[in-house]
Amino acid sequence: MAKTKKKMPGLNTTSTADISFMLLIFFLVTTSMDTDMGLTRHLPKPPDPDQEDATMDIKSRNILFVRINAAGQLWIKDEMNSGFGDIRELRQRAKEFIKNEQNLSKWPEKHVKNIELLGQCFVTDKHVISVQTDRGTPYNMYFQVQNELVAAYNELRNELAKQKFGREMQYLSKDEIGALKAYYPQNISEAEPKKYGGEQ
Amino acid sequence: MAFKKKEKRGMPEMNTSSLPDLIFTILFFFMMVTTMREVTLKVKFTVPAGTELEKLEKKSLVSFIYVGPPTDNLRAQMGSSTRIQLNDRYAEAREVMDFIAAERKGMKDQTKQIISIKADQQTQMGYITDIKEVLRKSWALRINYSASRRN
Repeated sequence: MAKTKKKMPGLNTTSTADISFMLLIFFLVTTSMDTDMGLTRHLPKPPDPDQEDATMDIKSRNILFVRINAAGQLWIKDEMNSGFGDIRELRQRAKEFIKNEQNLSKWPEKHVKNIELLGQCFVTDKHVISVQTDRGTPYNMYFQVQNELVAAYNELRNELAKQKFGREMQYLSKDEIGALKAYYPQNISEAEPKKYGGEQ
Repeated sequence: MAFKKKEKRGMPEMNTSSLPDLIFTILFFFMMVTTMREVTLKVKFTVPAGTELEKLEKKSLVSFIYVGPPTDNLRAQMGSSTRIQLNDRYAEAREVMDFIAAERKGMKDQTKQIISIKADQQTQMGYITDIKEVLRKSWALRINYSASRRN
């Protein structure tokens, strides 16, 4: 004979909170929320095996050499002058070189380029900044040089943005930023490192 | 008397049945915004500090390469010269190619792969250049030198 239906006793759920707290703490411990930051660079495409010698002819006035030796010292060289340099002056040197405001014959050549939104511009887009390192160069120094060069480009673009659009770069649209990048294209080349004698 | 003092009532118990739901919500929030620490670090490094940094977005497209001397507890066995760590073990620069290929397999948009190099400040450029050469050969051209912000 069937018993009279008993009422199902409610499951005690007081500890569910504790269980989920445990899960929460587990996740807090095992995960990281730190946002990764860094300097983004693009590597050149791998060399074509068919092409024997990929050296390009670049006029020497268009090149700014930045060499970093194993001791972390900088050698900055362009047509104008060359010599040991300091990391603090690199940004200014790079800016002057890229801009070539007075169209000097020892700094990169300028020619007319038609850029959307900016119209006819007189730009130095053939310039190259060549960073050369030694195998023993400290990574930090290399990074600081890269950082300064990128900063130089960013400052130039920002100046141009204020001058042409009246606003700082971060407030511009994608097309406008594209125009600035066309005006000041980032040409940082990295030559294969030399081993200037001595052990690694 | 109209206002007869009622019998002393006990404090009514608060209903806590929704507390688990609440905490589950927080849990899910954390699961969304954070990423699992995938590897145990076997090298120690202090990344350089820079000013022109960009945030690394889309974590699913990022693969990490760690470069630095072995951690303190491993130094006795491994020495203190610079090592490259891929996933959970030490590797040579040439093994980066296989690593890249393996990382690419799980990615949706393989052309947008980003390699983040987390290297110690004191590392000699030779190691970095070797890695960069291999990266070029394996067509992983978008790289990111991990750094901290400096003012």
